[in-house]
Amino acid sequence: MGNNIVLETRDLTKKYDGTTVVDRLNLHVAENEVFGLLGPNGAGKTTTILMLLGLTEPASGSARVFGFDSTREPLKVKRLTGYLPERLGFYENLTARENLRFIAWLNNMNDEEAERQIDHVLEEVGLVEKADTAVRKFSRGMKQRLGIADVLVKKPRLVILDEPTAGLDPEGINQTLDLIAGLPKMDTTVVMCSHRLYEVQRICHSIAILAKGKLVVEGALDELGRDALAGGRYRIEVETAEASPQLVGVIGQISGVRNVEAEGNFLHVITDSDLRAAISKAVVNSGVALIQMKVREFSLDDIYKKYFQEG
Amino acid sequence: MITIIRKELADYFTSIRCFILFLLVVVASAVALYAAQQGIRGANAESGFIFMGLFTVGGDIPSLATFIALLVPVIGIALGFDAINNERSTGTLNRILSQPIYRDSVINGKFLAGMITLAIMIFAAMLLVAGYGLRMIGVPPAAEEIIRLFIYFVAVVIYGAFWMGLAILFSILFRSLAVSLLCPLAIWILIGNPVFNPYISFVVPAVTNSVGTYLMLLRISPYFLFAEATAALLDPLFRGLGILTISDTTGMLLFRPLSLDQSLLVVWPQLTALICLTVICFAVSYIVFMRQEIRST
Repeated sequence: MGNNIVLETRDLTKKYDGTTVVDRLNLHVAENEVFGLLGPNGAGKTTTILMLLGLTEPASGSARVFGFDSTREPLKVKRLTGYLPERLGFYENLTARENLRFIAWLNNMNDEEAERQIDHVLEEVGLVEKADTAVRKFSRGMKQRLGIADVLVKKPRLVILDEPTAGLDPEGINQTLDLIAGLPKMDTTVVMCSHRLYEVQRICHSIAILAKGKLVVEGALDELGRDALAGGRYRIEVETAEASPQLVGVIGQISGVRNVEAEGNFLHVITDSDLRAAISKAVVNSGVALIQMKVREFSLDDIYKKYFQEG
Repeated sequence: MITIIRKELADYFTSIRCFILFLLVVVASAVALYAAQQGIRGANAESGFIFMGLFTVGGDIPSLATFIALLVPVIGIALGFDAINNERSTGTLNRILSQPIYRDSVINGKFLAGMITLAIMIFAAMLLVAGYGLRMIGVPPAAEEIIRLFIYFVAVVIYGAFWMGLAILFSILFRSLAVSLLCPLAIWILIGNPVFNPYISFVVPAVTNSVGTYLMLLRISPYFLFAEATAALLDPLFRGLGILTISDTTGMLLFRPLSLDQSLLVVWPQLTALICLTVICFAVSYIVFMRQEIRST
């Protein structure tokens, strides 16, 4: 993961008929990361994407993609960026290959390069056998895969995916997520919108949450997770044979431990760093059997809930 | 833009819609040829333009020129009415516009592809009539006739382009296919059709008694402009519909055909007006499309 910022917005604002749908948004996406854009319906995600691609003009503020201003140089941005819309459509009477060929031609590829690239992306999404079938015979899931092939055919440096797994079966979701997660290795940055938090958690490095057009939070996923769970600290769960008050006292003495709470045989320990070694030693030394201990994994649900309770 | 034209042309030529339109044109040509065969003997002898009679002579059955005046707007509307809103509703417009192309090349490409399709249809019809007609009457066309017919062909394509431009405009303005088809058709019925035209037969005569304003109002109708232009092009005796005073007519040799350049002078204003109308349609489409939000919801 590089530290170059490839996508950046500055106070990006959009108004429709006097209603502010995107409000002074500041986003930063680093090169070759998978960035999740989250938020409830109507939070302004799609509008933000359209502004990033220069498909709609911001009321104020600016967006830069690979250093190009999205409003003034949309062609340069669109040359490097692939966009999978939420409601994607194909020419139903054309075959998968013909649909992709049209996009390849619009990107000024020559015939030979286009055919090679089309074969490659169809293979990636598992549609090789269907290459010469008319799209009208495709199922919803196949169209969704073709949509991803369609985005990749132009060899983008950045892809923006709006609900890339909508309409896929569990098997298809897994394949698609693996494919997306593999893109940064091929020098492609990913911005992805999704409502399925576990998907975002599985493949995204950083996220931003939008609500009512405003940025609620932006940052690396693991930091946000710890933040949501225990205010930026580690939350360690210790199961012992017997959680005596003395044990709580002993653990509380360890430097770096902020708080200890007993709940049945469980101890919830909040610490500044990963102190599992010190805690296990303390438990064993106090003569109590240690059954198990783990750093509580955060889930994106926690993050999401936290910010929406606050908001 | 070449890519878009290429794709649109491929679309048109494989569509059932185009097949039906082609069929219509071929049938019209055949019928017109039959009409010409019936009537050509007595016609045009005085002007010496016999070959052109193949296109203009009809009896009970209309001539090819009449058929074309009737069909061309229909073809133009049929080719253009779903140009943009269909792509918008299927979601392909989004996909195309997120490629590195200028937004205007989408409508330019569609417009040009439609023009090419239209031109091929008309050209085919004219060649069909010319070829079979040549065999039938055995009189080869004079050089001037060929030039006149070619200019007529250009005028027809411009006229078709106007109707297509109008249809494309409605396809940008309205999301519903039914509305974008009915609007240009309604306009066509009101001011553009040659068979029963309420505007020309009722509205204008009711509004004015003065010949000058009468003509001016008539010329708002694109059909009337087209009819005037083609009349002068195909009939060298036609002198325009201006007001002729007695002093004008006395000096004129009314039954001498006009030379080509004189005929062109007569039709020049009409042709310019037609081109103008087309350009206005296209410019409005262009502006509306550039300012339109592309999101489909």
